Amino acid sequence: MLINNFLLLGAVLFCIGVYGVITRKNAVMVLMSIELILNSVNLNLLAFSQLHGNVDGNTFALYIIAVAAAEVGVGLSMVLLIYRNRKSIALDELSEMKG
Amino acid sequence: MIAALRAAADFTAPPIDYHALAPEIVLGVGICVVLLIDLFVDERQRWITSSITGFVLLAAFIPVVTVGVIGDDVRSMFDGRYVIDEFALVLKALFVLAGYVVVLLSSDEIEDGGYYRGEYYVLLLSSVLGMVMMASSRDLVSIFVSLEFLSIPAYMLAAWNKRSSKSNEAGVKYYLLGVFASSVMLYGMSLLYGVTGTTLLSELGTAITAEGQFAGVEALGVVFIIVGFAFKVSAVPFHSWAPDTYEGAPTPITAFLSVASKAAGFVALVTLIYVAFPQASDVYQPFVWVLSVLSMTVGNVLALRQTNIVRMLAYSSISQGGFILMPLSVAGTGSSSEAALKAVVVYLVIYAATNLGAFAVVIAVARKTRSGEISSYGGLFGYAPALGVLMTIFMASLAGIPPLGGWFAKFGAFKAVLDAGNGWGYSIAVIGAVNAVIAAAYYVTVMREIWMKPAPDGDVTPIRTPAALQAALVITCVVTVLLGVLPDLVGRYGDLADLTGAFGR
Repeated sequence: MLINNFLLLGAVLFCIGVYGVITRKNAVMVLMSIELILNSVNLNLLAFSQLHGNVDGNTFALYIIAVAAAEVGVGLSMVLLIYRNRKSIALDELSEMKG
Repeated sequence: MIAALRAAADFTAPPIDYHALAPEIVLGVGICVVLLIDLFVDERQRWITSSITGFVLLAAFIPVVTVGVIGDDVRSMFDGRYVIDEFALVLKALFVLAGYVVVLLSSDEIEDGGYYRGEYYVLLLSSVLGMVMMASSRDLVSIFVSLEFLSIPAYMLAAWNKRSSKSNEAGVKYYLLGVFASSVMLYGMSLLYGVTGTTLLSELGTAITAEGQFAGVEALGVVFIIVGFAFKVSAVPFHSWAPDTYEGAPTPITAFLSVASKAAGFVALVTLIYVAFPQASDVYQPFVWVLSVLSMTVGNVLALRQTNIVRMLAYSSISQGGFILMPLSVAGTGSSSEAALKAVVVYLVIYAATNLGAFAVVIAVARKTRSGEISSYGGLFGYAPALGVLMTIFMASLAGIPPLGGWFAKFGAFKAVLDAGNGWGYSIAVIGAVNAVIAAAYYVTVMREIWMKPAPDGDVTPIRTPAALQAALVITCVVTVLLGVLPDLVGRYGDLADLTGAFGR
């Protein structure tokens, strides 16, 4: 089985995600980048699960999918909150506190 | 795959030790009860939710004590994936009591602040439940689930003051960095699972060797996981969220984050380092060493120039986090690994009591002065002698002045690194000693304001402290002083044999 292909895709997705988190200024885009990282993790886990022939990785991936949904729910509601107060979701404008 | 599923289909229910699980069950039931009661309670009687939350936390504390008193055997469930040993029990007690003190701090603050919602207490209880689960988790999956269980409510609590843009900013910064950190940590976990084929920490411990065919992948996995928890414990350079979040969040939540949430991160770090990574000490020791030195130094230097007391305490908690990491940097060195574990546990307990107390004073004083500036503490001893003395005790304990608790905590940490008897241990001990002196400078600044300076604007009306806040102050002060005088009360917990003995190694 060509596990390398899956791992490579996972690594590329992970790097794209990290790049997006670091460079994007839009809160929703950052959330999407985080989702990319989480999905690269899922891909890794499923590929490894196949490799080892046990279901630990599949179970782990299921938990990650469920928790990621909850996380994004909280994240989007927070983005909504700052949009209501500031009419903008640009993260670089979120700098009221410094030092 | 199909074969594996078919093998797994032969299912027998695992035996469950209900007595050992009782704290979690009480908290879980309590969450539902508080949520339902808040639905039906009258506006004028909303203090009921806060007192019921307090009772739930105290009720969860009872089984922790009874399990601790009855058993010296380690209770293990689900093939060693959920373990209740002395290490777990002492930290469960810490989380539950810290949660109780935070409820005491919150009850007046949240109602006076005009943003009362019953969900506040539900989220607080959920977060405490996640921490209590974290203390027992011995599997990558359960560590991840408890980490998210304690973090997600904390994100919402940090942004609790919905209309304040500062609180929004606090919540969003905490959320984005927290989620990013946990996803990086998950990537590390997936790599370790890939190399070893298991998620059980004790099996990982025998499989990870950090040498051989997969050494690079293993090292990457270990480093990514430690980075994830370094965010959680706000170690430099992963600390950037902490000061802003601490300043913007409601002050009782700041106390909760800086104590309980941080302790939960350390608990996970300790279990991972001792149970899963014992053979990878070449990888994590230098990494933790660097994190610890940076946290102590950068935290201290930035704390020196703060004028806001909450920001000062935020940077001070970053630097205290460096001191807690210090013994872990020699955790894999045979002679000192037991002392290091004890030092971390003792430091966490004492730091929790002291820091909660300091925040209780900050909340009490802010009720009158409506200001977070350190200069607003001028003349505090003149018009509120009790608060002045208490703040002095807490600051002295944070600075590590004997005979208070903080002194014993620092003593344990230094003893552990010196026991290691190698260059890493000696060098970090020297750096730590220098930092302990620098730290004293900004704690003494607060004391000087309290004792030497006049009250700003000559306003010397006494401070009225509500009963709940008084109770919180008494509890934290008693623990801080008592543990300094009788450190053996917690010093006997956290035996290495217990922690690793539970995993059949």
